[in-house]
Amino acid sequence: MSNATICKKKGAAQLKAQSRWACFKKNFKTHKYYYLLMLPGLAALLVFRYLPMGGVVIAFKDFKISQGVWGSEWAGFKWFQMLFSNSQFTGVLFNTIYISILKLLFGFPAPVMLALMINEVANLNLKRVVQTTVYLPHFISWVVVGGILMTILSPSVGVLSLFGVSKNPLLEPANFRWLVVVSDIWKESGWGTVVYLAAITGVSPDLYEAATVDGANRFQKIWNITIPSIAGTIAVMLILRTGSLLSAGFDQMYVLQTSATMDVGDVLDTFVYRYGLAQGRFSYAAAAGLFQSVVGLILVSLSNFITGKLGQDGIW
Amino acid sequence: MKVKKGWGDRSFDAINILLLAIVSLVMLYPFWHELCLSLSSSTEATRGGIFLLPRQFTTGAYRQVMKSSFIWTSYYNSIYCAVLTTVIGMFFTAMLAYGLSKKGVAGNRFLSFAVVFCMIFNGGLIPTYLTVKDLNLIDNLWALILMAIVTPYNTIIMKNFFSAMPAELEEAAFIDGAGPLRIFFQIILPLSKAVLATVGLWLAVASWNNFMGPLIYMNSRENFTLPLYIRQVIDGQLLARTTGEGAQSAVESVVGATIIVSIAPILCVYPFLQKYFVKGVMIGSVKG
Repeated sequence: MSNATICKKKGAAQLKAQSRWACFKKNFKTHKYYYLLMLPGLAALLVFRYLPMGGVVIAFKDFKISQGVWGSEWAGFKWFQMLFSNSQFTGVLFNTIYISILKLLFGFPAPVMLALMINEVANLNLKRVVQTTVYLPHFISWVVVGGILMTILSPSVGVLSLFGVSKNPLLEPANFRWLVVVSDIWKESGWGTVVYLAAITGVSPDLYEAATVDGANRFQKIWNITIPSIAGTIAVMLILRTGSLLSAGFDQMYVLQTSATMDVGDVLDTFVYRYGLAQGRFSYAAAAGLFQSVVGLILVSLSNFITGKLGQDGIW
Repeated sequence: MKVKKGWGDRSFDAINILLLAIVSLVMLYPFWHELCLSLSSSTEATRGGIFLLPRQFTTGAYRQVMKSSFIWTSYYNSIYCAVLTTVIGMFFTAMLAYGLSKKGVAGNRFLSFAVVFCMIFNGGLIPTYLTVKDLNLIDNLWALILMAIVTPYNTIIMKNFFSAMPAELEEAAFIDGAGPLRIFFQIILPLSKAVLATVGLWLAVASWNNFMGPLIYMNSRENFTLPLYIRQVIDGQLLARTTGEGAQSAVESVVGATIIVSIAPILCVYPFLQKYFVKGVMIGSVKG
């Protein structure tokens, strides 16, 4: 029952007198079991998502464990000033953005292309086998993928031993960022196709038949029919992606980085972890984390706004 | 309509399938390499190159891995977390999503936005850590379970699914005098097996692969889960290699065996359950 029907039972004049609060209360009573159902889920979100959002105040405080979040002294923007005057932090910020942009440039188009290729396979069994295979790495954790990558690239037990490589390229700063991007594509591009393949199934076969009659070849059909029909999906995926410009992925970076590649491979996520939890500088690390979250929020909102202006559906 | 394929079409197909075959091979080979390595003798393992089959077949590495009691502790912990996360998570997510999908429930739109908002903004690692610490959940497996049960993404997928259900289903039950709880548990849930399976599988895999959670919240080895254990084995191996210890046994084979043992459950069930993983994305892609 909607709000209007619940409150309509009284006359119009009475409705005015009846406050919105009373109306809400009545609605609440009618739907009390729905609220009961939602309660555990909402409680979980409140405790583990919203309480930490309130906890970001420690980025503006001189947090001491003994004094607690609210007992600690205010510190204003001290931590943010310290962060941005620290060349190590700006280096970490540079690494993060650099790796994110590489991932966006190469990692974002990869599943789109793979989906287009898979879509062109006419034999359904073959298609299913390819799909099952390319989805697999998504379900394996980064710890395992990192271990496997280390092995494959190893100069002794790995494939690279064929080429007489003497040092694991993962340990060399020059190759590190590229290997991060390539391993990310290896792990996630297959699963990334699912969304696009789902969108492609919605394309009417009539369009393809009409194009065949008009003498269009396969590339022309892909370019003029398939791609335009999944453009909306691509836009939504891109919006969701922009929000993570400042997060290069904790698991992957933590697992792949070594002391040899710290200069090129240390990113915001691992920086926050190291300073906050390993060194116990909570406020300092929380400030870096808050910076990351706020920039992410701004970027998502901004790109959602822009895609809306461009005439595509956004995410909200 | 069956049109005979022209020359251009056929070469397009041939090249496309060839490229996809290469992609598939690249996706699978690393796992095969790891498996072969774990089953090869130490001299053959360190020769490297491409493995078509294990060389000088031996299960020595596996025997070494199984000897450690910690792998079993970690295995048990991983299963414990995965099972509880999946079961509790499926119910809580469905209950929340069902409430959010009901039209006319006051505050619903606001709550839906609150769920989506969690996807685009978060408090960050440190405030989350301090929250868990305040709850006295550090070094307690329940921290991992409780944090993982409800995710915004799963909730939205389920909400879209419930929104697409025909309202007549419930109206009939409502007229028969069934309350919302009864309608939900006896009518809605049994009709939602597909989406429940998908969300359940996602929860299980996410829990099984969770590395950051245990890394941050678990301290004692009794509470390690598999990813954390694997990390320790790999780190130990790296250390051994740099200091020259452990050179007599192929440490890579031991790491390989640990990895294979830990991903075996996923590799075994994945091909059969793959369609459920995908189904959810299809269901959820209906925007609501």
